Amino acid sequence: MSAQARRTRLGVAMFAPAVVYIAAVIGVPLAMAFLYSVGDVKVGSVSYHFVGLENFRSVLQSPTFRRALLNSFVFTVGSQLLVIACANALALALKDRFHGRGAVRFLILLPWVAPISLGAIAWKWILDSLYSVINWVLVAVHLASPFDTPMWLGEPALAMLSVILVHSWRLLPFSTVILLAGLSAIPKDIPEAAAVDGAGFWRTHFSITLPMMAPITTVAVLFGVVFTFTDMTVVYILTRGGPYDTTQVVPSLAFFTGVLGSDLSEGAAISLFLVPILVAVAWVMLRMAQRAEIA
Amino acid sequence: MALVETRHLSKTFKKGQFSAVNDVNLATAEGEFLVILGPSGSGKTTLLRMIAGLEEPSAGDVLIGGRVVTELAPRQRRVAMVFQSYALYPHLSVYQNIAFPLRAQGVARREQRPKVEWAAGLLGIGQLLERKPRELSGGERQRVALARAIVREPSVFLLDEPLSNLDAKLRTAAREELSSFHRRVGTTTIYVTHDQVEAMAMGDRVVVLDQGMVRQIGSPREVYDEPADTFVATFLGSPPMNLIENDGFLVGIRPEHLLPAGFVPAPAVRFRFRVTRVEYLGADRVLHGVLEGSRWKETKVAARLSSTMRDDHPVDSVHEFAVSEPHLLFFERGTGRRATPRVLSWQ
Amino acid sequence: MTETVSSVRHGRWPTRLGRWAVLGTFAALLAFPFYWMGITAFKRTGDLYNLKNNPFLFNEPPTLDHLRLLFGQTLFVRWFWNTTFAGTVVVMITLVLAVPAAYALTRLAGRWGERVGIGIFLTYLVPPTLLFIPLSRLVAALGLQDSLWSIIVVYPSFTVPFSIWLLMGFFKSIPRELEDAAMVDGLTRWQAFLRLVIPISVSGILTVVIFTFTLVTQEFVYALTFISTAEHQTVGVGVPIYLVRGDVYYWGSLMAACLIASLPIAAVYDLFLDRFIAGFTMGAVK
Repeated sequence: MSAQARRTRLGVAMFAPAVVYIAAVIGVPLAMAFLYSVGDVKVGSVSYHFVGLENFRSVLQSPTFRRALLNSFVFTVGSQLLVIACANALALALKDRFHGRGAVRFLILLPWVAPISLGAIAWKWILDSLYSVINWVLVAVHLASPFDTPMWLGEPALAMLSVILVHSWRLLPFSTVILLAGLSAIPKDIPEAAAVDGAGFWRTHFSITLPMMAPITTVAVLFGVVFTFTDMTVVYILTRGGPYDTTQVVPSLAFFTGVLGSDLSEGAAISLFLVPILVAVAWVMLRMAQRAEIA
Repeated sequence: MALVETRHLSKTFKKGQFSAVNDVNLATAEGEFLVILGPSGSGKTTLLRMIAGLEEPSAGDVLIGGRVVTELAPRQRRVAMVFQSYALYPHLSVYQNIAFPLRAQGVARREQRPKVEWAAGLLGIGQLLERKPRELSGGERQRVALARAIVREPSVFLLDEPLSNLDAKLRTAAREELSSFHRRVGTTTIYVTHDQVEAMAMGDRVVVLDQGMVRQIGSPREVYDEPADTFVATFLGSPPMNLIENDGFLVGIRPEHLLPAGFVPAPAVRFRFRVTRVEYLGADRVLHGVLEGSRWKETKVAARLSSTMRDDHPVDSVHEFAVSEPHLLFFERGTGRRATPRVLSWQ
Repeated sequence: MTETVSSVRHGRWPTRLGRWAVLGTFAALLAFPFYWMGITAFKRTGDLYNLKNNPFLFNEPPTLDHLRLLFGQTLFVRWFWNTTFAGTVVVMITLVLAVPAAYALTRLAGRWGERVGIGIFLTYLVPPTLLFIPLSRLVAALGLQDSLWSIIVVYPSFTVPFSIWLLMGFFKSIPRELEDAAMVDGLTRWQAFLRLVIPISVSGILTVVIFTFTLVTQEFVYALTFISTAEHQTVGVGVPIYLVRGDVYYWGSLMAACLIASLPIAAVYDLFLDRFIAGFTMGAVK
């Protein structure tokens, strides 16, 4: 056997277990999700009937779903905008070495590292309708009256804001770290050249630094979009989708419908609406990887 | 055009423990091409960066055009710098790269174009304006960097080893171009390099720097023929100057002055030279060998012969070599400083 | 050589002030919930639920009651143990699957390797909220429902792609010549892999271990879906769901649990962050 063939055989052998596993645990359920969505499966069903696009039709007609889809976009876009702007500022602040940088970095990382559910429940306490520390502060500085404090998780608009806030809080460290890596990858003499050329801080930042960070910023945004759009934990813990489904998002709705509600097919149909976003993200990432190969 | 001056310029790191630049005083003449020459670690880049304003001095002042600029940011000094890596903005086209300094200074769009085209024309890159830096060759990138530097018509050019990233062959051509560019434009230029051939070929004057201290400032001829100390003497010239110990002194002999006795007119000093290795360099031959005789204790020396001389110095042969007396240089042993010529004890 | 703190001087004062303003604000905002967890965990219940008291101070002396409740009367310790056990097994499975696969993709697959690697990485983007419905059926079919083994079997679906990506970046940085030299000396490639590459890669493998473990501890959706009884639950799901009696949240103990479950992970993560960044951004930053 030639050396090349031997290498290939070894390569395949080393690689195969992972591939087989992934195919089984991701590929098969993915296919099943598609099957369910065009069937009528419920928990406890023994038979399967093909119903075509019936599930999708009823899902699309449901106002709850439409609201959830809208919410998913609003929460994702809202938190992304907030996060990218803040992560930029944070990355700039963290770029250079200084005393205590390690400690600051540890503090900044906390939201990302702690389990999502625990961070979310902590926020639930902070935003509690009666005992919210934020409300206490607002009352103390006379920005709110003691009997009319904001119901952070009880009023639809405030609840949506709270969800966006918690998503952003969670995502900020991650995006900061990625942007920081991109920032550090800019060769030192480029901003120096800009300085000698006469550019001040803001011009350098907008004309030179940000454009050079564009690829890595895109990566950060793509990941952020996926993590936020497909997340159900924050909504589940903070509001359970309430008040009255006003903070429901696509993945949490899929959970309530499919798992708690036992209608597997409808749940699957709902969750499949995540696919277009994922495909778009994957496409952009592949394009970027291709371009990186050419450059 | 302006004078660049440094007064007692110093830079220390690690809380004063390490001195990168130590009390450097220099002043350029107007329109001069001043080369700062030194080995790596000599502080020459740090010195240049302090002149540019990218590095804060620990002590001393920088003056440009008579104005003290030590506290000023780079953009306020009206200097232009070409970095070793050229530092071209990768996401901008060549045109936009060259136009950037004008943009940064608020020059109107319509006025930018003629200036950019003028700068590009000066460097012969007019046809590359729409390209991106990654599509350019090393030599082209260097010219873009120069165009970007000249477009603002600065008072001083600062160049940090701009030729070191080019292939050896390209370097000679680029050197020529840089020199003629300087002649055309006439801006005061400070040029940093570790390559002594570049320094000698291009500089009006050379500042020889070692471990942060200035060893000598002079024209190429001065630093070569009249080195101030052994560092300058051995740094310039390839192969380096031979240093021979004699009576508590160092005698310096350049390899090209150590020739077969027949070629050296009187008054001359003679040696018996045994060849250990021959390097055939095409136009020259370098003979590595030792000086025979109990006095010299097998001191290793090198002799450089032109290819026009007969090639009959094989390895292990011994010959009578000589050095013409005016070509001898004397240095103190301890300090390495050049000393007055003296009579050699064996004459 | 140069040791400048800021590579460009735009004026020291504004930069310094600006930086500390930004850092101070964000560090405070991001870390505040954890500070709040700490305060809540040690405040007496009376103090906690008294609206007249300044919540930032200990108006009554601190107490260990909540901790006692947490450790004594809840399944917190059990959840902790469950998570640790599941994490350990998942890490082992991940290493067995991912390390050889990453090596194969880096060294043995040529040009394909990079592309397949990206493909594998993209599977990381397939979210649990898409797969959990079919997977719940599969888990039931295998008889694993309501057991830790359900998540142990499923978790590698996201830890393996992620680990392969990290390890590929890591293996790429090991010069090929090392294995070539070993093979010239008589080892087979497999032996070179076992005896040479793996020992050198200990730090990369350790990084993968840490991050796999943190991915396990953070997971919520699968654990919530597959496990139905409190005894078998993980920390991430048990704490927010079961530390509630009826409609009443035991905030003191809840916050104590959150703090205890978050801080150790954070400390370890922080130690390995630099390596993570290096591996993660190897492709993207080029």
